[in-house]
Amino acid sequence: MQTYLRLENVVKQFGQFTALQQISLSIKQGEFVCFLGPSGCGKTTLLRSIAGLEPVTSGCIFQAGVETTHLPPEKRDFGIVFQSYALFPNLSVRDNIAIGLQNKGFTNIECINLVDKWLEIVGLLSEANKYPNKLSGGQQQRVALARALALSPGLLLLDEPLSALDAKVRSHLREEICQLQRKLGITTVMVTHDQEEALAMADRIVVMNNGVIEQIGTPQEIYEKPASRFVADFVGTTNFISVSMINQHLMRIGEDLLTVPEQLQDLAISGCIVDLAIRPESLYFCEKGKETISVNIEFIEFQGAYCQVECKLWGDLSAHSIYVNVPIREARKLNLMVQQTRYLAMDITHINAYPSEKIMLKSVVAT
Amino acid sequence: MNITQINKLKNMLNKTVGSYFNKISHEQLILFISLAIVTFFLLLFVVGPLWEMLRSSVLNSDDDFVGLANFTEYFSSNAVWYSLKNTFTLGIVVMLVVGSLAFFYAYALTRSCMPAKGVFRVLGMAPILAPSLLPAISLIYLFGKQGVATEILLGNSIYGFIGITLGLIFWTFPHALMILSTSLRTSDARLYESAKALKISSFKTFFVITLPAAKYGLISTLIVIFTLVVCDFGVAKVIGGSYNVLATDIFKQVVGQQNFSMAAVTSLLLLLPALFAFIVDRWVQKKQQNLFDSRSVPYHPAPQPLRDGLCFVYCLLISTVILVVLGMAIYGSLVTFWPWNKALSFNNYNFAEISTYGWSPFWNSIQLASWTALLGTVLIFIGAYSIEKGRSFIRLRRFLQMLSVLPMAVPGMVLGLGYIFFFNDVNNPLNVLYGSMLLLVLNTIVHYYTVAHMTAVAALKQLPVELEASAASIKLPQYKLFWKVTLPVCLPAVFDIAAYLFINALTTTSAVVFLYSTDTIPASVSVLNMDDAGQTGSAAAMAVMIMLAAMLAKLMHLLLDKLFDNSTQAWRKR
Repeated sequence: MQTYLRLENVVKQFGQFTALQQISLSIKQGEFVCFLGPSGCGKTTLLRSIAGLEPVTSGCIFQAGVETTHLPPEKRDFGIVFQSYALFPNLSVRDNIAIGLQNKGFTNIECINLVDKWLEIVGLLSEANKYPNKLSGGQQQRVALARALALSPGLLLLDEPLSALDAKVRSHLREEICQLQRKLGITTVMVTHDQEEALAMADRIVVMNNGVIEQIGTPQEIYEKPASRFVADFVGTTNFISVSMINQHLMRIGEDLLTVPEQLQDLAISGCIVDLAIRPESLYFCEKGKETISVNIEFIEFQGAYCQVECKLWGDLSAHSIYVNVPIREARKLNLMVQQTRYLAMDITHINAYPSEKIMLKSVVAT
Repeated sequence: MNITQINKLKNMLNKTVGSYFNKISHEQLILFISLAIVTFFLLLFVVGPLWEMLRSSVLNSDDDFVGLANFTEYFSSNAVWYSLKNTFTLGIVVMLVVGSLAFFYAYALTRSCMPAKGVFRVLGMAPILAPSLLPAISLIYLFGKQGVATEILLGNSIYGFIGITLGLIFWTFPHALMILSTSLRTSDARLYESAKALKISSFKTFFVITLPAAKYGLISTLIVIFTLVVCDFGVAKVIGGSYNVLATDIFKQVVGQQNFSMAAVTSLLLLLPALFAFIVDRWVQKKQQNLFDSRSVPYHPAPQPLRDGLCFVYCLLISTVILVVLGMAIYGSLVTFWPWNKALSFNNYNFAEISTYGWSPFWNSIQLASWTALLGTVLIFIGAYSIEKGRSFIRLRRFLQMLSVLPMAVPGMVLGLGYIFFFNDVNNPLNVLYGSMLLLVLNTIVHYYTVAHMTAVAALKQLPVELEASAASIKLPQYKLFWKVTLPVCLPAVFDIAAYLFINALTTTSAVVFLYSTDTIPASVSVLNMDDAGQTGSAAAMAVMIMLAAMLAKLMHLLLDKLFDNSTQAWRKR
């Protein structure tokens, strides 16, 4: 697959504030990429820079092999959908889509056919003559999508398109967008702060924080091999368990001694403290054994398909709580109760380690 | 510098120039042109005259710099302190009276279930259609030396404090009513429900909920009224007698004594309270916005016989007074020769026999109002659109935003005087405009720029922020978007602006009184002149003509609104 969109050292400053720092990124033809990050991380600014709505301070943007860095938005090739729908309020659904086509010089018959085709695709043919404010949020967003796609742009930009919708409509539209994107094979960039959305929809995710890219990877890579503590924390839930390394092979968690997993042995300098990052589903309750941690159950939260069990390390009440997801069938068998002492084992293939936050804090104080 | 360095520089230059041209699109060019027009307009017709006036206040009659000598001379005269005291007394008295009268009227309109609300609303707003001279003339007929009800004043003369106060109360009432009813209408029903749940008496509810919620509206009203009173010139001129105020002082200094430096000093004095009031008002407006948000539930009053009855009686009383004042002016204009020949006739309307100008002032005013409405609406709406919805030139747009609210702080007399200084200067190439209809039009647009601008901005803000970006993405040029979406959606606001400009251009006296020539004398000024010449009947007749024209304009406005409602506003209906 060839590269469709390439960003080189893109910087954007608003006065003193740097919204984007040296962003470099390439997106392949037909790929679905999500920009994911907390609010204020610069993901929307990056999307707007790609669209030309926000002039970049420095750096270059190439689209389909042509430099577009300084082109105004109307000279670029993209369709965009906003969180606020941004439909033309005084035009009917049909005219909202047709106005762009008419302007491009399509004949009336062509316009009608194209509009009908797109309305059919988004399932709104019966609403064609209504005004946008007569439609539900989900329907309005479909119109916006049809409007953006009707001119067959090379690039589709989605700025938090699902954030204003309620849960059911959101997941439904999410699937539709994905299907449509695959069917059309259109290169798509979506901005979202909802990690679940990003994991479900994207071919690749770009995780951003404070104007820099923290990690680029497939949803699986992002989830299983977070490149930084921020990514591990932001995407999904992660337990950070403080561990002190006794030597290359032995580490201590709370009162228990465990074998250092193979992939972490390089990190194991004796005496140093690291944080193990473990997902709640990579922990499981078992009988007391050699490689287990003893914990005290503090709280059990019923979630339907599973139970989320909040535990504290035995003997270390100041440590962060550890969350364990127990599938409901297993939970029934285990018969867990609050205030019990139980034993946890780890799925060691899905463990990552990051420098301890406590030590980082200390070094910040020292400098 | 060697050759390679020069080449490098050349390359760099080419690159920056090249990329600069690349950056400029069609859209930006259009935006730039419209912003430039607005900038030029505001700089030439607001900033220029004001600056020239400030400069003149420190020059003597031979254009030599004299520092603050004018000011010391000015303040050494006793007459000044007299005018100052009068101006402020008037301001405070009228402000308090109108504030409370209009508050209860607005309360009755918005918070009661009394009958005939629509009629009361129209009658309460009616004085805005008349020039400020009309109530003054009417008061002369009512309480003047040969008035029909002079004995009510117990021997006091209407000429002076009493007359000015009554005239201004009448004339500023609708302005207060407008702000207060908006502020009382946007009240949150949930607060009243809570009060009921807490078993608070309705009397106490008024003091703990209604009044605090309308607090900012009330402050804003008081400030607006104070400014209007301090800056008004028409009423004081007609009925003021020897009761001098700052605005009439300026007029006398300019027209009577040709003492421009002194007039500039007086103007500065008048500008200060207006500027101060304006700043406070801006601050209050900012606070007001947070009170009512999208989650608020609008309040709907429930019938309550005692309250509704009281409200009805109160409104009936006020409306009757308004009708009497308006009616008296009409009656006075129809009386053949007051007070000796009270037979009704149209003699006073026979302007051709009465003054050399004949009917021309009336047609001049219609022309002035039409051009002001036409040019002003186009300029102000396109200006507001460019400032509000433009993408580039952020600094220029911010600067213009600030400049657009400046005209509101400048009293009409001050603006007019500034125009004399600026445009009557032989060295100014724009001198040719002096005395022309175009200058009157431009001056009137400036005078009422801010309110119209803010109306436009408020309407534009209702459109989704990302509309322009969406249009750009489907390659729809911005001017097409403007024509197909923005303008139709904002059409009611556009009509509001046009009507506002038209009516104010008809009724204004303050700024234009310095700028007309014999060919362009407006009707409001001719009312003043005829009154000065003792032709009170004809003055009343002309004032009534202005009022009729304003009423007609208002009717046209309503008609236009109805006419375009279906084609442009159908989407709003639920």
